[in-house]
Amino acid sequence: MNICVCIKQVPDTNRIKIDPVTNTLVRKGVPSIINPFDTYAVEMAAKLKEECGGKVVVISMGPAQASKALRVCLSVGADEAYLISDRAFGGSDTLATGYILAGAIKKIEELEELKFDLIFCGKQAIDGDTAQVGPQIAEQLGLAQATYALDVSCTNDHAIVKREVDGGYDTVLVQTPAVVTVVHTDQMPRYATYSTRCEAKKKQVHVLSSAELSELDLAQCGLSGSPTRVVNTYTPSVQKLGIMIEGSSTTELVDKLVGILDDKRLL
Amino acid sequence: MNTDIWIYIETENGKALNVGYELINAARPIAAQKNSKIVALVVGKNILKAAQDAIGYGADSAIILDADVYASYSTDAYAEAITYLINKYDPETMMFGATTNGRDMAPRIACRVSTGLTADCTDIGIDEASGCVRWTRPTFGGNLMADIICPERRPQMGTVRPGVFRKAEFDPSRKGNIVDETANIHIDPEHIRTKLLEHVDVVAEAVNLEDADVIVAGGRGIGSVDNIHLLEELAEVTGGTVACSRPVAEAGWMNHNRQVGQSGKTVSPSVYFAIGISGAVQHTAGMQGSGTIIAINSDPEAPIFDIADYGIVGDLNAIVPALTKKLKERKM
Repeated sequence: MNICVCIKQVPDTNRIKIDPVTNTLVRKGVPSIINPFDTYAVEMAAKLKEECGGKVVVISMGPAQASKALRVCLSVGADEAYLISDRAFGGSDTLATGYILAGAIKKIEELEELKFDLIFCGKQAIDGDTAQVGPQIAEQLGLAQATYALDVSCTNDHAIVKREVDGGYDTVLVQTPAVVTVVHTDQMPRYATYSTRCEAKKKQVHVLSSAELSELDLAQCGLSGSPTRVVNTYTPSVQKLGIMIEGSSTTELVDKLVGILDDKRLL
Repeated sequence: MNTDIWIYIETENGKALNVGYELINAARPIAAQKNSKIVALVVGKNILKAAQDAIGYGADSAIILDADVYASYSTDAYAEAITYLINKYDPETMMFGATTNGRDMAPRIACRVSTGLTADCTDIGIDEASGCVRWTRPTFGGNLMADIICPERRPQMGTVRPGVFRKAEFDPSRKGNIVDETANIHIDPEHIRTKLLEHVDVVAEAVNLEDADVIVAGGRGIGSVDNIHLLEELAEVTGGTVACSRPVAEAGWMNHNRQVGQSGKTVSPSVYFAIGISGAVQHTAGMQGSGTIIAINSDPEAPIFDIADYGIVGDLNAIVPALTKKLKERKM
């Protein structure tokens, strides 16, 4: 069982602050992390490899610094790592990203002389929150997909995927090769140990640029290949009354609040 | 190319999910300005009633796909059928509810027709400069809002969060044409590469936060699972529904289906009680559209007070039961 895991290095959005003066996002000093959903995808792949054998290849599209995230994956179960990096890929929206990653996956199958049975992604990245790249890789590669996976087990040419759906879960039989997007599962991602970290250090993070991915049509990559445009960004603002109810006792506070609710006929 | 706006009406056991009807209403101002027709696309099994209702809720016409092959959702059958219809009718705009299935299918369709798709929008309008639909969505964990357009390719597509918009008043007198396209599309069973083996409902009771008029939400400040009853009692007397912030769901004090926020549900009740909720952007991204927000928190510096209409600083263990008692007395 060969598995490709797509990961993304993201800013830790829980630690992002808004500059109160300029009302803009302060990215300085915000640590880069591996997108949390992707860490569950890596763990799922590592476990499947332990059970069924095969190879786990982890890939990421991003700037050179993303190779750090890939190296971490090498220390927690991945065998090979590929960074897909080129200025021509910058500014890609989900359609262009799916196109580039699909092209890279085909190229890596050639280079590694294998076929992937499964391609894993985190269900979404916490910076963009689109959840679109996984299905769009699947479409570009013409593969089946199963999104929101909690668990995956494999038979010969099928995967059995437990999917998180509204109000419960579905168990789905999926033809492989397939793309599976992974949610926050019960399987906590493993930690690297001293020895796995040392082994990971010896490995190379391969870099694929548009030169190696020569079959890609650059018109479909980056900004020129992206049908969507961000025309405006701003911090969320809310117009609220902001009235603090004051009082010296619980009874007084509650009486005042109920008085307001009654006056405004709110309940 | 025409100027039609298609709204995908997701169905389950023949019944439409609310979000489809919400989107019909949300699209009306755009349709009015662009002189567009709103077309409801209803897919499922035994869904004629859902399509008729779509017209009552404001669609000008409907297209239906009604067959066994659509009885349960599959990415492959739905994407193939809807792509066929897009190519046949060439709508200018297409909107889906940002549900599990909507977000599974829409990116595939967008990719197949090679157009732009904006995910999980919380507002829609018209971008004045380009005349395109302006898709507004939270990003960076809700810290930033982005306005996105799709200037050149069509249809321009987006998924929109359930619960952000309200559906219109149902008007039984509205008339509209319903076109049955079922017979024109043959889905080869070989093309469906997934098979649903089992569906399990984990949640005994259905929670419909999106439609609640009053929500009583608790955060980490409630302290323990033993205090949930304080929220439940206030909800009972106000006719409200109990909800929570992420830490409460993660602690297992409440089920995830009651979680409000960027990683939970988006709600817009008339009244939202935020009790023991600090007000992280993660949470407020899902509730700031509420009519009136009432915050109760022991920390006067809690950011929830910045977005509240009325705030009380104090011990929720004293205030909430006193409030419940007072409201109960008033009712008698």
